[in-house]
Amino acid sequence: MLKDISKTTSKNIKMSVLISVGEHPLSARPRRAEQDARALELGLKLAPESLKILYAGSTGDSAATEVLKEYMGMGIDQLEVLDVPPKTDVTLPLLEKLQQDCPDVVLTGIRAENGESSGMLPYLLSEQLNMAMVPAITDILCIDKTTGFAEVLQALPRGQRRKVKVNLPFIASVDMAAAAPRQSAYGSAMRGHLKIDPVTRTMHDAEQEQWQISPAQARPKRLKIVKAKTAADRFKAATAKVQGGSGKVIYDNKESAEAILKLLKDEKVL
Amino acid sequence: MVADFLPNLISILILVSVVLAIVGAVRRVKLWRQGQPSTIHWAGLLAIPRRYLVDLHHVVSSDKYISNTHVATAGGFVLTIISVVLIYLLGISGSILNYALLTSSALMFVGAVFVLLRRRNPPANLSRGPWSRLPFSLLIFSSSFFVLTLPATGKLPADTGGWMLAIMLLVGIAWGVGEMFLGMTWGGPMKHAFAGALHLGLHRRQERFGGGRSTGLKSLNLQKDKLGVEKADDFKWNQLLSFDACVECGRCEKACPAFAAGQPLNPKKLIQDMVVGMAGGSDANFAGSPYPGVDVGTQPASTYKGGEIIPIIDVLVPAKTVWSCTTCRACVQECPMMIEHVDAIVDMRRFETLEKGQTPGKGAEVLENLKTTDNPNGYAPESRMNWAADQNLAVFGEHVQQADVLLWIGDAAFDMRNQRTLRAMVSLLRAANIDFAVLGDKECDSGDSARRLGDEATFQRLAKTNITTMQQYQFKHIVTADPHAFHCLKNEYQDFGGHYDVYHHTGFFADLVKTEKIKLDNKKELSLTYHDPCYLGRYNGEYDAPRYLLEAMGIQIKEMERSKTKARCCGGGGGAPVTDIPGTQRIPDMRMDDAKSTSAEIIAVGCPQCSLMLEGVVEPRPDVKDIAELMLDALSVQDSPLEISLVETHP
Ligand code: SF4
Ligand code: SF4
Repeated sequence: MLKDISKTTSKNIKMSVLISVGEHPLSARPRRAEQDARALELGLKLAPESLKILYAGSTGDSAATEVLKEYMGMGIDQLEVLDVPPKTDVTLPLLEKLQQDCPDVVLTGIRAENGESSGMLPYLLSEQLNMAMVPAITDILCIDKTTGFAEVLQALPRGQRRKVKVNLPFIASVDMAAAAPRQSAYGSAMRGHLKIDPVTRTMHDAEQEQWQISPAQARPKRLKIVKAKTAADRFKAATAKVQGGSGKVIYDNKESAEAILKLLKDEKVL
Repeated sequence: MVADFLPNLISILILVSVVLAIVGAVRRVKLWRQGQPSTIHWAGLLAIPRRYLVDLHHVVSSDKYISNTHVATAGGFVLTIISVVLIYLLGISGSILNYALLTSSALMFVGAVFVLLRRRNPPANLSRGPWSRLPFSLLIFSSSFFVLTLPATGKLPADTGGWMLAIMLLVGIAWGVGEMFLGMTWGGPMKHAFAGALHLGLHRRQERFGGGRSTGLKSLNLQKDKLGVEKADDFKWNQLLSFDACVECGRCEKACPAFAAGQPLNPKKLIQDMVVGMAGGSDANFAGSPYPGVDVGTQPASTYKGGEIIPIIDVLVPAKTVWSCTTCRACVQECPMMIEHVDAIVDMRRFETLEKGQTPGKGAEVLENLKTTDNPNGYAPESRMNWAADQNLAVFGEHVQQADVLLWIGDAAFDMRNQRTLRAMVSLLRAANIDFAVLGDKECDSGDSARRLGDEATFQRLAKTNITTMQQYQFKHIVTADPHAFHCLKNEYQDFGGHYDVYHHTGFFADLVKTEKIKLDNKKELSLTYHDPCYLGRYNGEYDAPRYLLEAMGIQIKEMERSKTKARCCGGGGGAPVTDIPGTQRIPDMRMDDAKSTSAEIIAVGCPQCSLMLEGVVEPRPDVKDIAELMLDALSVQDSPLEISLVETHP
């Protein structure tokens, strides 16, 4: 069904993968972030030779170093660390680094597993670097440097996929639906090398100083009013595919404002 | 004239073969020396005869036929060689020596006849090929020397038979000496005598001799440049020597549950493949049963001609072969040459996991869970004590700092089936007024499955964590219902500074029953059989305590044909359920069939893994009950403090 990557992907693709230190949801222990590890897996599949792996964060943290080693256990000799002090925004150093490296493709997870976890980083980078941003991809089907295009597969809800054509260079965030990362092997984890780049320009994140971090709480669920009368109805309601299509595109500002206002009133927010 | 000529020629012949045999021996030793350094137990060499006669015979004698046959053949052979060397090389003569030679060669001949009879219709576990030739060579060797010696004893006139007989004798002796002397060191079937004797002396686990036991895996130095075994020369030299000792008797094959289940593992072929990996040649010459489902000679290395050392996994041996093993140790128990299959398998798994990151099936997931949550299923570490929410258990560090007994819970804590066993154990301990406490959420997985899946790093981390935790509290004994944890805590934590007095719950309860701290109603009339867990039985030699307890309840155990040392594994050990290598049937189904054939209605177990594997067999089948559960049912309630202790609460 899908095209064979090796045939359609040009050689000498420059690819960078951004990784972070994740957090296990139950034990809160640091680990390979699930999406980032998938991004790395995708990178290893597509460009094992020329892949650059970047981590921006403090190197003083031994737990973080352990996790970086786990990434290297996926068969990586070297990992570049931008030594960004804690409580410092990582966007700027990453930006400078990527400007130097000029990769064709940058892969990352959708959002971090701890900290701000805003998922903004790939968007900020794409804006500053003037690259396209494709969210939630599961695979890259081909990258053609001569025509300057790549085809990626994007994850949609309920297992659906959408093929998207994108200009090179681009940034993509990798969805959980992408291929699971390979096992981390202790031997190569121990023998891998961390190349530490000191960071010159940083931006102190004054806002962050004020923050209090507490574990995220599940969003309250909207109460569902069960309208179904029969078991068959309930079954349909439970299995029906949520289809788009009821929405409409409004271009006029005034009209759209009114539509929003109406929705808020309907929902009794106002 | 013939009478002078023949002995001279024979002297030369023997001299040449002895020299060639020595050359062969040097070459063989060089092959072994390719391996990694390991302690050389020189003293063991002196113990070879004793080890052969006592320790080895203990194993061999389970098959009386072959043990008697071997004594006659090997004994006759050794005596024949001694006499031959004295007469033909050193030129000593005398009628006593001649008679000795006559008797010994006759003895050997008789033995060889029985070897031949055994080989008329060889069972599938015996190898053919050169091994089928061996009895003829034995016959020729012994009969030639017998006939040759007859004239010297005066029983026959010299020159009997003339040239014809002389030439026949010469050919016979050349053949016999070739097989027996050269084969010994140049790789024929007789290699087992040379390598086997040395292996008995220089065995890597000296503790196994003289009735001892050594079953804990050897720990791995994680700082090394290469972790585990990739190629034959990554084994220790004494492991390489041990592979050469194999006699291809196939006892291991007969005992192996994975082989019987049609999984692609045959421990005998595995050992022979290790020999190919070390000495070259091709596995296509192997003359025994293949790995089920994998034809002999289909591996990439089948055309291998020797020379440089090649990687083992996926070149010489399919990866799924080493991952089929349940580490049940049935092969090691049965092996007359005391070869350590499990060590070799785990060594290769270590390379697969630690260097290649290729643990199959759910292996990677389980190891990742152990890293992030300290339990194989990835449950929240702080939910470890949820099962005991209603039990008011004393927890070390929260309620107490010391207790007589540390009750080790294990991963049964997360499993509803095995929580029943845990509850039963708690009630029994309370009934006996035992002062016990648990580690609570601070307990981690023992590391058993991680270690056997080759992840020595995770095992060592878990072991060290548990040891550090336990260091903080005072207790006299550890009691656990899990033989895997029992084995790790007792035998494998020692390398990391953890020395404990560990009991399996059956052992501990047996003592309590003997001292009448627990009184059991002895009128139970249950139709019951008992399944020996590998890690309790073969690993730790505990066969009696569970049986004692069952009998104390008045039960007459309907023993399965394969019980005690010969018990068939339930299929749950060594991470086998995790790697889940397909075969033609499932090991637990076969074990359940063993149980059914006793027509028992209950199969008693002493291991949470066995409970799970055996309860996973489709009904109708006997009920699966842990001994603790059975004991709780049989607890005589009169004057037992059970009620009181159940309502007693902890601060
Ligand atoms: S340990 Fe058990 S499963 Fe493994 S090879 Fe030996 S007999 Fe077979
Ligand atoms: S490994 Fe041991 S039991 Fe198996 S065939 Fe060889 S000698 Fe016999």
